[in-house]
Amino acid sequence: MQMPAPDQAVLARREELVRGFRAIVPGEGVIADEDGMRPYECDALSAYRQLPMVVVLPETVQQIAEILKLCQRLGAKVVPRGGGTSLSGGSLPLADGVLLAMGKFNRVLEIDYANRCARVQPGVTNLAISKAVEHEGFYYAPDPSSQIACSIGGNVAENSGGVHCLKYGLTTNNLLGIEMVLMSGEIVKLGGKHLDSDGYDLLGVLTGSEGLLGVITEVTVRLLKKPPVARAMLLGFDTEEAAGECVAAIIANGIIPAGLEMMDRDAVHAAEAFCHAGYPLNVAALLIAELDGPQAEVDHLIAALERLARDRGASVVRVSTSEAERLAFWAGRKAAFPAVGRLSPDYFCMDGTIPRGRLPEVLTRIRELSKHHGLRVVNVFHAGDGNLHPLILFDANQPDELHRAEELGADILKLCVEVGGVLTGEHGVGVEKRDLMGTMFNEIDLNQQMRLKCAFDPDHLLNPGKVFPTLHRCAELGRLHVSGGRLPFPDLPRF
Amino acid sequence: MTILQPRDAKQVTEAVAWALDSGTPLEIVGGGSKRGLGQPTTAEHQLDLSQLRGITLYEPEELVLTANPGTPLAEVEAVLAQRRQMLAFEPPALSLIYGDGTPTLGGIIACNLAGPRRLSSGAARDHLLGFHATTGRAERIKSGGRVMKNVTGYDLSKLMAGSYGTLAVLDEITVKVLPAPEKTRTVLLLGLDEAQGVAALCKGMGQPVDVSGAAHLPADVAARSAVDYVRNAGTSVTALRLEGPGPSVEDRCRHLRLAFKAQSEELHSVNSTTLWRELREVALLPRDPALAIWKLSVPPTAAPAVVGRIRGHSPGVATFYDWSGGLVFLALPAGTDAAHAVVRGALQEEGGHATLLRAPDAVRQAVFAFHPQPPALAALTARVKDAFDPKGILNPGRMG
Ligand SMILES: Cc1cc2nc3c(=O)[nH]c(=O)nc-3n(C[C@H](O)[C@H](O)[C@H](O)COP(=O)(O)OP(=O)(O)OC[C@H]3O[C@@H](n4cnc5c(N)ncnc54)[C@H](O)[C@@H]3O)c2cc1C
Repeated sequence: MQMPAPDQAVLARREELVRGFRAIVPGEGVIADEDGMRPYECDALSAYRQLPMVVVLPETVQQIAEILKLCQRLGAKVVPRGGGTSLSGGSLPLADGVLLAMGKFNRVLEIDYANRCARVQPGVTNLAISKAVEHEGFYYAPDPSSQIACSIGGNVAENSGGVHCLKYGLTTNNLLGIEMVLMSGEIVKLGGKHLDSDGYDLLGVLTGSEGLLGVITEVTVRLLKKPPVARAMLLGFDTEEAAGECVAAIIANGIIPAGLEMMDRDAVHAAEAFCHAGYPLNVAALLIAELDGPQAEVDHLIAALERLARDRGASVVRVSTSEAERLAFWAGRKAAFPAVGRLSPDYFCMDGTIPRGRLPEVLTRIRELSKHHGLRVVNVFHAGDGNLHPLILFDANQPDELHRAEELGADILKLCVEVGGVLTGEHGVGVEKRDLMGTMFNEIDLNQQMRLKCAFDPDHLLNPGKVFPTLHRCAELGRLHVSGGRLPFPDLPRF
Repeated sequence: MTILQPRDAKQVTEAVAWALDSGTPLEIVGGGSKRGLGQPTTAEHQLDLSQLRGITLYEPEELVLTANPGTPLAEVEAVLAQRRQMLAFEPPALSLIYGDGTPTLGGIIACNLAGPRRLSSGAARDHLLGFHATTGRAERIKSGGRVMKNVTGYDLSKLMAGSYGTLAVLDEITVKVLPAPEKTRTVLLLGLDEAQGVAALCKGMGQPVDVSGAAHLPADVAARSAVDYVRNAGTSVTALRLEGPGPSVEDRCRHLRLAFKAQSEELHSVNSTTLWRELREVALLPRDPALAIWKLSVPPTAAPAVVGRIRGHSPGVATFYDWSGGLVFLALPAGTDAAHAVVRGALQEEGGHATLLRAPDAVRQAVFAFHPQPPALAALTARVKDAFDPKGILNPGRMG
């Protein structure tokens, strides 16, 4: 993975920038020494590291507007950072870039139960929102496994999911509004406490924009009332195929569980060793299903799932009998990445999505690819929505292993695209999948996405080097080649 | 006027290329059923997508359906119903407002329309998984895909939904579909005033019973319902809908009725379905074509006060509340300007937007249908339009 060469002209103005930032952000908010910047050198894709030119921790929206204006004027790049848990290198610093850390934007501004929403600053963690409203029986639905550490601003930028998004949707389906600052320093509010826009849905565009369009400075999220009952089931199968068929059967029977996850044998063993969730160890694949709602509904659906699972040869069917047990069932799944991480010095977490029906075939081919590249792969998925998380185990200290892991990762993602799926379901493109964008999109598609970027950030200063494999200048992209006299469609019916 | 009628995606691109080269703006038309929605376009020639129709992929167990944009909405819904599935956003046809024309899937997506279930299941935007389209640069692009979870590249599906054909011409649309509920019931509370009604809706939404429709009908509006019980109530009707598996719906109904210690009633299957169809189709407002109809999206609890302010200027307003109060439909005498300053001024404080859904042609020429935007947002919107349609050949004027 290569980042664009640093701009020497900007590096030469480092002192000027630092002075400018100190005039905007008082006190400790500007970090320019190497030791101070070290904690910011990577996100959770820690195979890639880079010290930024300078770190700035603003405290107010006005400061951000001033910072961006200064950067725009001096041509300095800006990388926004929330909790730094991105798995795709979204918040990887740039050598010639300012790292804009949003950690001081950590206040819950307003909770409005009657309108079922909360207005929060972007640095508030995902879990903190649910914690702030749980005493009233409410919660914020999207629940990435990183929820104690990741920020809601980062969630918006990545359109993050979680184990419950099968029923409750991704971040994009649970937002009402944001405030953002453009590179020009303009402050723009989108949405509010009401639903939908009657202009272009720019809120929808910002969600999942990976910090490339604007700096998010406030977020209004929808709150939901906690369902009265939630129970989790463990369904164990002797083959991965049978587990896959069971998932298809559940959905085909009109049941959308709150969560429907799958782990392969290695993942089950790793998770069990890590946190003693009580998982059965003699299965080839384990499904974790959660059913929530009123007691009557949960009972009804559990019976239905049990029947469907047994019909497909489930060897283990267990239903949680207490809240503690339900949480234990999930604890293993939520800790799956760190648990698998213990098996190996390093791992990459892939994030492709496939049409659910192709699951058995894709699993077989991942096994073949794993053998071919000589690296182990452990599989954890959001099975209900076809989002795979193959974890590639490697040791970056062994010559060539990082490179082979990158190649295996690329092959797995290409396979996802080949069967009708996509490169990333929830972790974002970042730097990790940037160079694979061409397997999903052609040049025309990518140029059009870049034109949208140009409408927000005409100089490509916000988080460049992420998402797009090559950057074209906006003026070039805007040029129109009108051929004149293209002859109209001989066969096109007209009246 | 020339009407171009492409039969495949390639012909769509050719038609747009011709329009671009010759500087001929095009009006993009599906079934023509929403031409009255938004600003009238200034384009003289039409790109008619009604022949680009048909469902090309439907995999019920994958919850996915792909169709061409001219496919009639009714056809999509019928095919889904056979497998007990649905478009969960409950798209409205709005033919009582706009008259003839065949609602198409493309039109519904392009206008980002959604019915009462928007509250719990999202709008059209939330169900559009991917698309192919020709931009105003005469280039065919794709975005999204057919899978449920996808963050690869910008989410252009969100941008397409609600862009009224001003950015690109959709030629293929992939939507997420969901299982249709086994059972539906509606809990009714009678005799609440508007403030009490909306408060009750918000209270209902705050119960752990997964309400999928929450509307308040003042007495004059309730009196137009075809459901006997609603029509003959003789007072206002506040309605909360519950859907799902049989035992669950019964259980939640009990819970909800207990939460409202007041007297309540229940509507069962057919009556419940009829009432929510009437609400979805805005069927209960007076039909007089001299009236202007507004649609307001506001914070739910603010709605009664917003309506109160409008009524202060225009006492003859007929209104009802959907989306727990967050969606307000208003009918008022159109006059020369549909009282736009009053209507838009009324929601200034709490935020939201007011869209002019219908008015006599002269009024539509005079009043901007979409809510005015602050300068920075308006400029950004114009740059986005320019990025897709630099020569302004797709539905010029339609969104201003
Ligand atoms: C153990 C583990 C488990 C995980 N599980 C999940 C999971 O279940 N589901 C899931 O979807 N993801 C998961 N992730 C990935 C990650 O947590 C999410 O992508 C998360 O949303 C990132 O949030 P963050 O605050 O850490 O953002 P960062 O990593 O700081 O930044 C992510 C991106 O957002 C941008 N950004 C951050 N803040 C702003 C802002 N205020 N304005 C504009 N742009 C901004 C950055 O520039 C960057 O491009 C997991 C990660 C780990 C390490």
